[in-house]
Amino acid sequence: MIVTPGWYMALGAVLFVIGMAGILLRRNALVMFMSVELMLNAVNLTFVAAGRELRIIEGQISVLFVMVVAAAEVVVGLAIIVAVFRRRGTASVDALAELRG
Amino acid sequence: MIEMSLFIVFGAAAVYGGLVMVLARNPVFSALGLMLSMFSLAIFYVVQGAHFIAAVQIIIYAGAVMTLFLFVIMLIGVDRAVSREETLPLQRPVALGLLALFGAGILLAGRTAWIIAPPQGIGTASGTAEVIGDALFRRWLLPFELTALLLVVAAVGTVALALWRGNDKAEGPA
Repeated sequence: MIVTPGWYMALGAVLFVIGMAGILLRRNALVMFMSVELMLNAVNLTFVAAGRELRIIEGQISVLFVMVVAAAEVVVGLAIIVAVFRRRGTASVDALAELRG
Repeated sequence: MIEMSLFIVFGAAAVYGGLVMVLARNPVFSALGLMLSMFSLAIFYVVQGAHFIAAVQIIIYAGAVMTLFLFVIMLIGVDRAVSREETLPLQRPVALGLLALFGAGILLAGRTAWIIAPPQGIGTASGTAEVIGDALFRRWLLPFELTALLLVVAAVGTVALALWRGNDKAEGPA
């Protein structure tokens, strides 16, 4: 059997949904943040598969840019989580309820 | 045949890693599950000829990013019990229903419209460092420079966040 790009797309979709489940179901800010990373990785997989099917290199260039943005996002996001933890002593997003209506 | 075998094995590994990440009670296990997923994706990149991307995936994600995550997990303490009780009513059933709907939707859409354009390039898009560098430093030079700016901004912002003491005791309700 040949692995068509659709297989990689389906795997990317499954990983994306798993990451989304992590965002929706967990309340630990770190685990939610890791879920975001998993979603970014799932999209990267689809970029590479599509670029291979279209025979262009831009799919992989896009992956490179996504990785750079994700790295910057991780650095800033983790700094924010640490700052919140130092102030509140918890990493649960339920504790941040100042904007409750 | 080899590619199908690799796809089955490492696809299962990637999905398992993702599930471990979401379901684990201990954040360290979550980080390790995510690391398993990232390694599996690096295998897929190699299989599809994206060698440079695979190396970057290992170095940046499995190396730097996950080290940072583990460092923060250790910093803010892993021994405290993470309660998973849900405070919002109906959050879990509604979320699971919407996720099932979303997953079925993109899988169904994928049956018809994953890739609608014919191949545009010639040859195979082999992602060696030479090809990537050629595209990056000729055609996509401006976006590349902008990522440099983004990284500088992120580094400065992180240092500012780390140095910021503020008036912690004055206004925090905790």
